[in-house]
Amino acid sequence: MTFTRRTLLAAAAALTMAPVAALAQDTIKIGEINHYKRMAAFAEPYKKGIELALTEINDAGGVLGKPLEFIFRDDQGDPAEAVKIAEELMTRDGAVMLTGSILSHVGLALSSFAAEKGYLYLASEPLADSLVWSSGNPNTFRLRASTWIQAAMLAEEAAKTDAIKYATIAPNYAYGQDAVAAFKENLKRLKPEVEFVAEQWPALFNIDAGAEVQAIERSKPDAIYNVTFGTDLAKLVREGGDRGLFEGRSVYGLLSGEPEYLEPLGDEAPEGWFVTGYPWYSFDEGTPEKAFVDDYIAATGETPKIGSLVGYLTGVSIAAAIEKAGATDTASLIAAFEGLEISDTPIGTLMYRKIDNQSNMGAYVGTIALEDGKGVMVDWTYKSPDGYMPSDEEVSAMRPAE
Amino acid sequence: MAFFFAQFLTGLANASSLFLVASGLSLIFGVTRIVNFAHGSFYMLGAFVGITLMNVLPGTVGFWGAILLTGLAVGAIGAFVEMVVLRPIYRAPELFQLVATFGVILVIQDLALMIWGAQDRMGPRAPGLRGVWRIFGEPVPKYDLVMIAITPFILFALWYLITKTRVGVLVRAATQDREMVGALGVNQAWLFTGVFALGSALAGWGGALQLPKGGADLLMDFNIIGSVFVVVVIGGMGSLPGAFIAAVLISVLNVFGVTYLPQSTLVLMFVVMAVVLIIRPYGLLGREEVAGEHGQVGAPETPIRPYGRLGQTLVGVLLLALVALPLVVDQFMLILLIDMVVFALFAASLHFILGTGGLVSFGHAAFFGGGAYAAALLVYHLNTPMEIAFLFAPFAAGLLALGIGWFCIRLSGVYFAMLTLAFSQLVWSMAYQWRGLTRGDDGLVNIWPSSWLSDTIPFYYFTLAFGIGGILVLRHIIHAPFGYALRAGRDSPRQAEAMGIHVKRIQHTAFGLAGLMAGLAGGIFVFSKGSVFPTELEIGASFDALIVVFLGGVKTLAGGVVGAGFLTVIEDWLTRLEYWRLLLGLVIIAVVIIAPEGIVGTLRSRWAKLRGHNEEVVK
Repeated sequence: MTFTRRTLLAAAAALTMAPVAALAQDTIKIGEINHYKRMAAFAEPYKKGIELALTEINDAGGVLGKPLEFIFRDDQGDPAEAVKIAEELMTRDGAVMLTGSILSHVGLALSSFAAEKGYLYLASEPLADSLVWSSGNPNTFRLRASTWIQAAMLAEEAAKTDAIKYATIAPNYAYGQDAVAAFKENLKRLKPEVEFVAEQWPALFNIDAGAEVQAIERSKPDAIYNVTFGTDLAKLVREGGDRGLFEGRSVYGLLSGEPEYLEPLGDEAPEGWFVTGYPWYSFDEGTPEKAFVDDYIAATGETPKIGSLVGYLTGVSIAAAIEKAGATDTASLIAAFEGLEISDTPIGTLMYRKIDNQSNMGAYVGTIALEDGKGVMVDWTYKSPDGYMPSDEEVSAMRPAE
Repeated sequence: MAFFFAQFLTGLANASSLFLVASGLSLIFGVTRIVNFAHGSFYMLGAFVGITLMNVLPGTVGFWGAILLTGLAVGAIGAFVEMVVLRPIYRAPELFQLVATFGVILVIQDLALMIWGAQDRMGPRAPGLRGVWRIFGEPVPKYDLVMIAITPFILFALWYLITKTRVGVLVRAATQDREMVGALGVNQAWLFTGVFALGSALAGWGGALQLPKGGADLLMDFNIIGSVFVVVVIGGMGSLPGAFIAAVLISVLNVFGVTYLPQSTLVLMFVVMAVVLIIRPYGLLGREEVAGEHGQVGAPETPIRPYGRLGQTLVGVLLLALVALPLVVDQFMLILLIDMVVFALFAASLHFILGTGGLVSFGHAAFFGGGAYAAALLVYHLNTPMEIAFLFAPFAAGLLALGIGWFCIRLSGVYFAMLTLAFSQLVWSMAYQWRGLTRGDDGLVNIWPSSWLSDTIPFYYFTLAFGIGGILVLRHIIHAPFGYALRAGRDSPRQAEAMGIHVKRIQHTAFGLAGLMAGLAGGIFVFSKGSVFPTELEIGASFDALIVVFLGGVKTLAGGVVGAGFLTVIEDWLTRLEYWRLLLGLVIIAVVIIAPEGIVGTLRSRWAKLRGHNEEVVK
């Protein structure tokens, strides 16, 4: 009796799902797995970016003469679920490769799965360094500038000031810990005399901002390095602003300038913070960056987030790789991704490094200012990751032997 | 000294909102005995409704008026939920209602996303209360002091309501003995609705009051629910002063923890809860639960019997069908079945301890994830062959369960459940924070099976052998003398003791056995997915198992297995749709209302009724 019902249900499920696979095979399908509900604020702009790229690609005739199609699936932010969906996308839905994920741990699970089963996975948004370094594998490529790169850019700026005593505050999980370690290592290398007088580790999305601000204030740092984001950042900025924590101190904020996090702060955006972000509002007319922003606003009616850009570049990268490969089998696609160069993207030439499968997408760094009651990044520059990466020898040493 | 005082004030300010939400939960539990997981959702609704109202109503009056109205609005929503979802199922087995509240969480999450959108909202500032006052030279935000000042009034108002009014007399009477209150002619239904509405309103006020210190976002329901349960349990379920003391205790300890042990933020409150429960098993001001006091409601249970010949034949045929399946279906179907068998074994192990043992564990994922981690750690650090690592999983999980069980088994009911939750959080935080060993939430990856098992079909048979083997062993034990002793201890501990059964020892062994089987499921799991992350140890993972056991039917043999199969298939199907959480929530609520004895239990009683009817006709 136990097994009767379960098998019946399974059989019923099989019947309802079977027609999906039987659909026409005349598109090239990409399996996209993300946390559309659990991280809706980040996943939605990302998905719209992909859709914009798809419209452009398919209006221009698709790839290899066929339309390009993404199958979007929700994994609930659960790595095990993501692996199951990946299996289905590849074996039943006819996807030629996998992409997606914002959370690093889901990205790492998909990466390991791709290597074991011989699939290709393009990690678009996850930031963990280990994805291409200590846990890297030949089947995984990564688009976005990693934690290490962005932290190194902030550390370079921090080293220019005469601040000696630093306090750090970062969410208490792998990303936060990596971001603090990367900042420390880079800053110590550039300026050995700095010391870290306080390290605060609030629980992710559960910060006790008042207490954290008091604890940082107590250590009397010259400068502060912030890794919190989202609601944690909002609470930290509010409590810190009220209690005068940021007065007379330079603050370096990882990702704090990204529209996802900056916009909700409204007129309380912390002026003077040096941050990484995405200043879509101040691109010059006639640049490819500006053209992307205009297209995106025209297509969606919304202003772009950093996720929009990453989603768009994901679509563009995959289309270019398939064109270059001239085929859709995994081996050809992997070969095409290695050293892939795309010349006219919104960030200029996009390239995937052969040595570690990391793209050369960089980051925008600048200072937060208030304009018309909104936080914006001013005096910003776009920095490519060259010069912030560890040396090729170090990278090769970190990657497991291939 | 000034710094200490300022820290203390920060703690008090944090306690204010926490106390409001916790007091609502405590009231609801005290009267209705519902463990309301959806309480965090009412807190989240309070925040969103509050922001919306504050944007409409201007000025100081508007701000405070908005907060007041928010509570009323959320209270009304609470009353609606109680009447539609909970009222039909009060006579279901104890704790069954928590499944319905889980459905409510999912529905509210998607509705909030539809109405307010995905972006986080900053809360509006309280007019005239921006900035700080200096106390002994330390800056203290003005709004903090207002919140500190408000809380005693709320505590006093609640205390007055409960101790000095007729409503309060009824509430207290219902907390002590709700059947008697009903027998004395009080309309229980409205009393329950009223208390649920009041509790929800308190959560809504908590959400609205914290706005100037934070904001509204779609994750805040889950983010607060952990601390709220901790506060209610430390204070003693159903005790308002207890909730207040616990809220202050937790908040103040948290503030000092942040300063002197910054890494402790994840576990501090669970450690406090575990310590309090070990010393005072019913919380600080809680009352001992007299066994049988809230007893089994509904019809008495018919004793479980092994299947007859027909049942056994059917099971045998189905096993054969499962064995023959790889000949006809595609690879993904097998993957889905592997997932299903793993989850079914996990659920069956919880069902064993919950249904047969009568011990509700909120932390069973500690053993599933613990087993998965045990195997993965061996492979990752020592390159242990897969076969040995796999066998280590149930062994390690069983040991872990014996260890945790030693502390928990002396408690009973909800307190037992909460102590298991606390321990599972400790295990989770170890996996999360001890990066040198576990790599934190980067997880342990590349844990793949040996080459003879790396194809899907061999692994499918491997899963069948161990997964279904485990389920059959558990069922066998239920019908063995050990199982009878366990059931005797559940139904009637005193008689069982009198017959010479050492109830606690039996329960402890059963707890270890359930852990072992969960660990076995974890072992299969880690090699089927190739990686393990702290998500497998989260509260959510424990609740998934809990929900399928209740959905399937606690008082049946096949409940866990059927529930697991049902939920896996439904989820796999629904997550393809955009608003799958809304739909899944509605499906869960519908099942709960249609089948209050669980799927198997309700089918069985329908069947029995039908057959009884036929027999009468024949006569």
